[in-house]
Amino acid sequence: MAGEDDGGERERARRFREAALPHLDDVYTLARYLMRNAADAEDAVQECYLRALRHFDSYRGPAMKPWLLAILRNVCNAEFARRTAQPGPAEGGADDPTPDEAAPWQEPPRSPEAELLRRQDGATIRRLVAELPQPFREVVVLRDINNLPYREIAEVAGVPVGTVMSRLARGRAMLRAAWNGAEGSTP
Amino acid sequence: MNCAQYRNLIHALIDDELDAGHAAEVEAHVSTCADCTAELEALRAMRAAMADAGLKERAPAHLRSRIEAALPSAPRRAGGALGSLIASWRDFLGGLTVGTALSAAVAATLVIAVIHGDATQRVNEEAVAAHVRSLQAGHLTDVQTSDQHTVKPWFNGKLDLAPPVVDLTAQGFTLIGGRLDYIDGEAAASIVYRRRNHVINLFVTRHAGAERGGAKTETVHGFNVRSWTQNGLDFRAVSDINASELDEFGQKFMTALEPPSARS
Repeated sequence: MAGEDDGGERERARRFREAALPHLDDVYTLARYLMRNAADAEDAVQECYLRALRHFDSYRGPAMKPWLLAILRNVCNAEFARRTAQPGPAEGGADDPTPDEAAPWQEPPRSPEAELLRRQDGATIRRLVAELPQPFREVVVLRDINNLPYREIAEVAGVPVGTVMSRLARGRAMLRAAWNGAEGSTP
Repeated sequence: MNCAQYRNLIHALIDDELDAGHAAEVEAHVSTCADCTAELEALRAMRAAMADAGLKERAPAHLRSRIEAALPSAPRRAGGALGSLIASWRDFLGGLTVGTALSAAVAATLVIAVIHGDATQRVNEEAVAAHVRSLQAGHLTDVQTSDQHTVKPWFNGKLDLAPPVVDLTAQGFTLIGGRLDYIDGEAAASIVYRRRNHVINLFVTRHAGAERGGAKTETVHGFNVRSWTQNGLDFRAVSDINASELDEFGQKFMTALEPPSARS
């Protein structure tokens, strides 16, 4: 392979390793929740890193993590599109175009006991998050699991910050409803 | 604002995404509203439970080594094995459609553009937030005077920089005082000017290091922000006066700072 002996190529790859590999757990986490199974997630992560390496020359930083996550999201969307020949489950966009839309789902629960959050174990929470519909799932994962600030989530999802906020509010409301209704809980 | 509008902001509050002014406003509302208090507590409890549950995944070791092995800088052991690894990966990618590869490239470019403007944009937004706070809180100036020789020494010992204070009254911008503020986590001097009934906050911070172009005027949340770097300091003038007047202010200020020899 000619590329193996190319010193410049190796130097470029070294810089790429140092910049991109520390975010592997974050990329894998999003992949797990988007693809919903380990094998597909691993394929998506691997493809994400190869694409990122190819486009590394045009990367200007400083935030490597959202850049990688945006590529990962693209890879997952492309995979869903390939499988279904329809807009994939990870595709969001037309559903909530207005950033400042009213939020009819945010009806406050009326009884105080409804406010007591049931205790749920990690496996149950994981399942509940994975069951959230897109595009709400990715926003909840990026915020509450990957701990990204709103602005970076907006970059990853390719939507304005206002849309991130409304999706997050709705996603968390859905998660909370499922959480309080889930089996195996201690009331 | 009504309760429904505060509900979205409650999420931003627990996520530490609000500036001090908005956070105080939301907290003030929540403290008077039982429903919003319950909402805030439930959301906090859910966040805490998720944080405790350790939901972040760890990439399996074999995935990490697969990726490392396929990078050209991987330590060379058996060239043949590495070559075939790369080849198999290329085969795997050969199955991709051209369309997805293209869209990834386009997306990457877009993301880069967004990230690029990010830091400057954030500081500009903070400057606008500080400007709005200074008007809302009735705390426009810590030292109120139209005398530049009073304002400048007032900052002594309060900041690790000496903000230049110039009197532009003759040019139509009246100096009304100075104030300490915080921009992007750093203490900043604000020199306050008035143009007719409009306030101009001129924020002065130490130059943030990264190279910047010349003077630039942007609109952030309806306010005009003119920023420039001069004498190792970053200047940000924020006001609701129109952009051309703010540009005029910036140019007059810059000119006044230049040494006399450089002028005329």
